[in-house]
Amino acid sequence: MRVASSVILQGALIAAALVMAPWCTAQSGASDSTESLGPPIHAVLTSPPQVPPPTNRSHPAKVIVELEIREVEKEISEGVRYTFWTFGGTVPGSFIRIRQGDTVEFHLKNHPDNKMPHNIDLHGVIGPGGGAASSFTAPGHESQFTFKAMNQGIYVYHCATAPVGMHVGNGMYGLMLVEPPEGLTPVDHEYYVMQGDFYTVGKYREKGLQPFDMQKAIDEKPTYVVFNGSENSLVGDHALSAKVGERIRIFVGNGGPNLVSSFHVIGEIFDRVWYEGGTHFQENVQTTIIPSGGAAIAEFHTIVPGSFVLVDHSIFRAFNKGALAILKVDGPDNKTVYSGKEIDSVYLGDKAKDLQVVSQVTAAAEKGELTLEQQVKAGEALFAGTCSVCHQPNGQGLEGVFPPLAGSDLLAKDPRRAVHIVLNGLSGPVTVNGKTFNSVMPPMSQLNDDDLANILTFVTHSWGNQGMRYSAQELEKTRAATVRPPGAAN
Amino acid sequence: MFLFVPVAVMALAASAAAGDRIPVGPADFTPVLAPAPKQTQVHVAAFLVDRTPVTNAQFLAFVRTHPAWRRDQVPSLFADGEYLSHWEAADELGRSARAQQPVTRVSWYAARAYCAAAGGRLPGWYEWEVASAANQTLADARSSPVWRARILDWYAQPGGQPLPPVGSQPANFYGIQDLQGLIWEWVEDFSSLMVSGDSRTQGDPDKLAYCGAGALSAQDRENYPTLMRIAYLSALEARQTGRLLGFRCASDVEGVP
Repeated sequence: MRVASSVILQGALIAAALVMAPWCTAQSGASDSTESLGPPIHAVLTSPPQVPPPTNRSHPAKVIVELEIREVEKEISEGVRYTFWTFGGTVPGSFIRIRQGDTVEFHLKNHPDNKMPHNIDLHGVIGPGGGAASSFTAPGHESQFTFKAMNQGIYVYHCATAPVGMHVGNGMYGLMLVEPPEGLTPVDHEYYVMQGDFYTVGKYREKGLQPFDMQKAIDEKPTYVVFNGSENSLVGDHALSAKVGERIRIFVGNGGPNLVSSFHVIGEIFDRVWYEGGTHFQENVQTTIIPSGGAAIAEFHTIVPGSFVLVDHSIFRAFNKGALAILKVDGPDNKTVYSGKEIDSVYLGDKAKDLQVVSQVTAAAEKGELTLEQQVKAGEALFAGTCSVCHQPNGQGLEGVFPPLAGSDLLAKDPRRAVHIVLNGLSGPVTVNGKTFNSVMPPMSQLNDDDLANILTFVTHSWGNQGMRYSAQELEKTRAATVRPPGAAN
Repeated sequence: MFLFVPVAVMALAASAAAGDRIPVGPADFTPVLAPAPKQTQVHVAAFLVDRTPVTNAQFLAFVRTHPAWRRDQVPSLFADGEYLSHWEAADELGRSARAQQPVTRVSWYAARAYCAAAGGRLPGWYEWEVASAANQTLADARSSPVWRARILDWYAQPGGQPLPPVGSQPANFYGIQDLQGLIWEWVEDFSSLMVSGDSRTQGDPDKLAYCGAGALSAQDRENYPTLMRIAYLSALEARQTGRLLGFRCASDVEGVP
């Protein structure tokens, strides 16, 4: 449509030029103006972590961007206040979204209540200072300059007024996305996250209003390393959210001023990373480096629910300086991808080394040739691996806690009761050899019938107990005839 | 290291036309902005400077006797739309502009006119820098981290607070008050503080193209509190005003070259 109308326009001008005085052709010759871009569009800017919607344009346009600088006092951590210098009232500053080829009329406003002069350097701008040379603005004033977005990419912008490190260190940075001509593929969520290091006179989490510490900044020893200007910006109620089965795209920047970021999402893998915010992507990335004054785009899809933690994997920054954000994913479990904890069982290390005899005994039992001696031997190995943890290797139990098996009058009185106990557990008060125990024995039903039969045979043939022989069939019958308590296996 | 030699400070008499003006200098001084690439020292002749910034009450008196500088009569060439906008009327302070607060929202042209009427002029940048380098006990305290920290504390506070009256802070070594920590102040030669709009280009060969005075480079990048004041002044144009921008007057010492 646009092509057709411009052809008609040019045709009309040429026709007019043939008819009218020569100076008209000069007019039509100078038509490389923004008029051919159509009416100006006012860019939609968003506060983090939101991202403006795609431009959905198939052609360049004239775009007007109005960005206001505010110096504001906000919390950097619970009870810790800091005077941030901001673009748009937030750290990072407002997200700017334009398209490659756009002509941008940029208005930078310095609120009259601010104290400092400021300017802006946009990494997506080709020109002196990235715009900083043309946007130096005193409080209560506004500067305008115009640039053309020559290259696609995700670009950092920041203030470049002396001393630059202090302006950046106070939070004056943000991201500008220059979409490729074909736009980005649609995803379910786009999020805006930007890391920064902060330097305060007080220690980490020292309460009160904290001033900027220039010496710490020069020494590159930050007090806080945070996402989006605060320890609490993306946790709790402010966590990012998504559902299982969605595609997520994070525009992640690093304002610095000093640190490089090792960006990682715990429990997720980036399907694609446009490293350094460029045109090519790497696939299947765990952790990506984002330079100071740089950015990247990370895409991944959610498969299982949970809280996925965004960190700078220089890990003391995450846990001792605040570089931590949460993505909360809701939805149904997918146990084939991630099961959660299945078993928590005892591991005895080298106590369990002698289980070879168990496999020999199993072979004999299958052939129907199982002897008492083999059962006792197998039971001994298995007892050491499981029962001895509580009842002790010598069957003495633990005074006041676990009853003894050695010379146990409970076992002697009712040998068959042992089958019930090992299958279904035992809790509540019980008297053994004159002493009362009130503990919980969990069911051992995760062991199979052969193993349990061998253990019981071993126990009754040890430490002065009268020998009883138990068979796998007896275990099988009792197992089928009784109900396991909730949570027990088999 | 800074080399600073105050000479016979107290022997100089105050100018007859001055109100509360205090003598400073002469001094051989290492400024933050060098006047020329190879010249690191500057000689500042003896001068007199106001003890405090000019107040709302003083400027009101000036406006009443010089009605051309009323906000409803001043040409827009000499003052922008915010000139004295915090006063209730063109010749009345009203409740939100206290008499003893420093007058702000005045342009460079208006400040110069006031000082001329008061028998003086605006201080030059180097004069202002010499006077403000002092703390309570030293003539040049710029290497003191405490001196820097006090200034940075003021920079770090957001600017929306009401201004306290002049003279609330203790006097410095010379007896001058409020050079730091209250308001920004005009100087006579603010427009030759040619810091490039992009302050990362110091040392850039292109700087000579900026103007005959040449772009100046900061000698001492660690003295960034002063650098920030220079940055603020270099962002201004003469007719502009600012919510926190005021001034004080100075004058030459008679008979001293």
